[in-house]
Amino acid sequence: MGNKQNIFTAHQLDAYQDCTFFTRKEILRLFHRYRDLAPQLVPLDYKSNPEVKLPYELISSMPELKDNPFRQRIAEVFSEDGEGNMTLDNFLDMFSVLSEMAPRDLKACYAFKIYDFNNDDFICKSDLEKTLNRLTRYELTEEEVRLVGEKVLDEADLDNDGKLSLEDFQHMIARAPDFLSTFHIRI
Amino acid sequence: MEFARSNNATSFGHAEEDEKSKKPQRKKGNQRNNRKIAKASEEDEEDSEEDAKPNQRNNRRKPQIQNRGRKNGRNNKNEESEEDSEEEAEKPKTRTKNNKKTSKTSDGESETEAKGKKTGKNRPANNNRNNRNNANQKQKDEDNKKENQSNKKGNKKDKNAKENGDKKKKKGRNSSSSSSSNSSESEESLSEGELAKVLEEVEEKKKLVAVLRNKPWRMKRKLTTLKEAQGFIEKFEGAMGKGKGRKFYAYKVMMMKKWIKFKRDFENFKTSCIPWEMKIKEIESHFGSSVASYFIFLRWLYGINVVLFSLTFGLVVIPEVLMGQPYGSMPRKTVTRKEQPTAMDFSVLWEFGGYMKYSALFYGYYNNQRMIGVFKYRLPLSYFMVGVGSFGYSLMVVIRTMARNASESGVDGDDGDFNFSWKMFTSWDYLIGNPETADNKFASITTSFKESIVDEEENQKDENIHLRRFLIVLANFLIFCCLAGSGYLIFFVVKKSQTYGAPETLTWYQKNEVDIVMSLLGMFVPPMFETIANLENYHPRVALKWQLWRMFALFLGNLYTFLLALIDQVNSQLEEEKSVRNKTLHMLSSFNLTLNSTSPTVPFIDPADFPRGPCWETGVGMEFTKLTMSDIMVTYCSILIGDFLRALFVRFINYCWCWDLEYGFPSYTEFDISGNVLGLIFNQGMIWMGTFYSPGLIGINILRLLTSMYFQCWAVMCCNVPQERVFKASGSNNFYMALLLLILFLSLLPVVYTIMTFTPSFDCGPFSGKNKMYDVLQETIEYDFPAFIGKLFSYASNPGLIIPGILLMVLAIYYLNASSKTYEVANLELKKKMQMQRDEQKSRRHNKNVVNPVLKDLEDLLPKRGNVPTPEPGANASVDKNKKANKQPVTGGGTRTPNGREVRLAPPPRMVVTKPPGPRSMAHLPGQPRPGVPGPRPRAPVPRQPRH
Repeated sequence: MGNKQNIFTAHQLDAYQDCTFFTRKEILRLFHRYRDLAPQLVPLDYKSNPEVKLPYELISSMPELKDNPFRQRIAEVFSEDGEGNMTLDNFLDMFSVLSEMAPRDLKACYAFKIYDFNNDDFICKSDLEKTLNRLTRYELTEEEVRLVGEKVLDEADLDNDGKLSLEDFQHMIARAPDFLSTFHIRI
Repeated sequence: MEFARSNNATSFGHAEEDEKSKKPQRKKGNQRNNRKIAKASEEDEEDSEEDAKPNQRNNRRKPQIQNRGRKNGRNNKNEESEEDSEEEAEKPKTRTKNNKKTSKTSDGESETEAKGKKTGKNRPANNNRNNRNNANQKQKDEDNKKENQSNKKGNKKDKNAKENGDKKKKKGRNSSSSSSSNSSESEESLSEGELAKVLEEVEEKKKLVAVLRNKPWRMKRKLTTLKEAQGFIEKFEGAMGKGKGRKFYAYKVMMMKKWIKFKRDFENFKTSCIPWEMKIKEIESHFGSSVASYFIFLRWLYGINVVLFSLTFGLVVIPEVLMGQPYGSMPRKTVTRKEQPTAMDFSVLWEFGGYMKYSALFYGYYNNQRMIGVFKYRLPLSYFMVGVGSFGYSLMVVIRTMARNASESGVDGDDGDFNFSWKMFTSWDYLIGNPETADNKFASITTSFKESIVDEEENQKDENIHLRRFLIVLANFLIFCCLAGSGYLIFFVVKKSQTYGAPETLTWYQKNEVDIVMSLLGMFVPPMFETIANLENYHPRVALKWQLWRMFALFLGNLYTFLLALIDQVNSQLEEEKSVRNKTLHMLSSFNLTLNSTSPTVPFIDPADFPRGPCWETGVGMEFTKLTMSDIMVTYCSILIGDFLRALFVRFINYCWCWDLEYGFPSYTEFDISGNVLGLIFNQGMIWMGTFYSPGLIGINILRLLTSMYFQCWAVMCCNVPQERVFKASGSNNFYMALLLLILFLSLLPVVYTIMTFTPSFDCGPFSGKNKMYDVLQETIEYDFPAFIGKLFSYASNPGLIIPGILLMVLAIYYLNASSKTYEVANLELKKKMQMQRDEQKSRRHNKNVVNPVLKDLEDLLPKRGNVPTPEPGANASVDKNKKANKQPVTGGGTRTPNGREVRLAPPPRMVVTKPPGPRSMAHLPGQPRPGVPGPRPRAPVPRQPRH
């Protein structure tokens, strides 16, 4: 547990520990992961909070994300500029939410945003279709996609406005047995 | 203007809720002061005239201010949403009330006192607000607010000017001190009310810090909020308490800080102690969460075993080895003369014979000396307690894990309810980081969707139900036959092995017949089950569960047949022991006689030559150890041959083979999760059973788990392919736990049975010489505790007490069961109601446009909108509106009270449109009576709702 690291101040580390679900060591590891993506861009000294952003291409090349059909959405949702370019803070945020420790509500919140492709705070039909197409790599026929979309709305849309609101989504996801174990990236 | 801004400013942080409610209080207080003053100073014409101007100026601004402030306050406090007009109407009432109050206490002296108190109470709020605002606000707001504050203070001073001198001075000082931020705050002694308030806020901030990580905010915001909250706590925590209490409080705070730091360090340490995180991660990304769940389970079991190991070794084995009699000092610790020549042979040691048999690994080695060593360590007692305690610990851990799993996996809703939604939103495994697995996953998701579409389309395809039923019955019959056959086979083998003569004449096969047969059964029967289960044509997930249960039954049947045979053996050994005992006693007595007669020449009998009984406990322990060893061997060999060699064959012979081996017939193996988990569970069951009679077994098991972690990890990564049909693990997680619990219970039974019924061997083990093993407890109570505790125990063990205790437990179980049933019924009822409401709503088909409070939290995260826009004064009204709308219970249920709808549909005066209304939003249905209804209210730049 030595105090060897010179990247953050002790205070910064404490603050990060308060704001994420990570321990000190994990934060440092995440930092190194972040830095390994672009060693020439990221300085080894974060005490003064330098403004560094890694482009989406680098983020999505991480092995944890590169096979995920929703990687672009994930990066977009967690990045501040909405285009997937991430600062270290965004990076930590992302893996904190996707960590094992994060509570169901928080995960559901972000899952909703990830599946909400057009950022209109509702998962509407087009979002559902996009989700489905990414899940199946466009292997379902249009008719099937439409049918599944209707079914999902039929099941989960409690207020019948033709789209899923966050509440609908949370209500549905609260019962899902696998949500916590699958919406999770070990880092 | 300023107020609008300050109002806005308060919406930056999180904990401003209370602030909003406080501000109006203060303002009201000011106004009240004004009014009071106006009344009190009627005698003084000049003053009142002077005062009139600021008053008027205030009043011009006040209605607006107060309105807003009070609205906020009410919104926050009592969550009712009312129309503006109502509030407007209510305001004069309160005002008159205030007036009445003040008129009652129109006496000058008392009034000033009251005022003093009031302002005193208001001050901390003011201070706090200043403080917080200072911290909260961005630069641009700073100036305005200061202006605002100074204005207010100006008012206050004006009012104060009319009061008697010293008070005025004091107040002036106070207000100035409060305006120049709270540096001098701590110097003043705080009154009770202040203290309570500050304390409350500090608590609130602390709570905020604790739950900060659960907020769906951006890191930047979290960091600023954290900084601010910590700053606040720092500032005010030290100021708590008075006089002596203060020092104590400061000390307490310091200790708390230290404690928190320690806790964090400890957490860090604890997580850094969790082994194999990276290994599991690698597997997870390669195979998805299901395969990894096996390794997580393995790690968890390893954790339990480490605890059991440290218990057993720390409290039993090491004390005996260090402080007990050394090897060779007494018969039970010496190899018999007969065995000595071969005692060091590897083949003997491999069977745990020879020196192994007379080592601390087994029960027989332990001495029955009541106290050993300098510390007077009660070894027999500790042996007994550790045996009981490891069962207790395992039970506790398993049950706790089950409970946690159950609560984590949430309410397991009916599968049919959200079939498609779950498939859509939870089927992707975010852990997958391997293209091949991803391909499989995509394929399996696609097929599962297709399957459910087909299912949905023809709902029930009951083609030839009779054939299907027949097949199911046939399959179950066949499986039952298999089970019975395997049980009989084991029984037969064990019986046969008992008829074998002396162990020296046996061949290797004869010696290991039982183990070999059991392992072979374990290897070949499960695949047979799988083949038979194909007849049933169940859904894979159901089939998996059936398969697990059948394998469970097989293993259990085998284990229990084995146990029965073992108990037979124990009984015969007990018979044998009796004769040996008589012989020994006889010898001893004759020896004693000779000893008495010729005392100087003591004939030395080597402990190796001493006649001794069979020591059935060691026998049982050895059986379990051998079984465990053979299990390990079989598992590893099957991995090596079944997986590794096959993979090698497929990989390299593929170059010169006539068909594609990799994708054709042999292919690579898939990782058999269920089989492996079951194997692990049964192994653990054997450990639990055997560990009482063989303390070393747990050490062997630790080694086994450790090696199998590395070995299987390697095997999985190098020679297995991802499953084609990836099952999710979490659903069956508790299923495995339930199996483990069952096994634990079933392994507890025979151990308890042997402890309670059999007489321990007379010449080996810690309980030798006692009638029953548990006598050690009585002995301890008798000798080591004061008499009254012994009495207490004798009372407690009285059937008269035990039976009512059991009765009570039964009653409690009955009651809990009944109440859980009622809950279930209520649950069903609610579900039905919800369904009804949904149907009703479906028929009504009207839009609900309630903005979710959580969504608002999210709002600033949405990149589209960027930062929180600076709201205009007009925006505030709509903000309040929105908030009010939020107060509507957002139950997803349909029926709204007419009142609620009124509020929701009331047209907002002005709003800032940040996004175009949705495509369906303007749907105004002809059935609705109100023509002037605007569709959904576009969301204004909403200050996020503070949530707690």
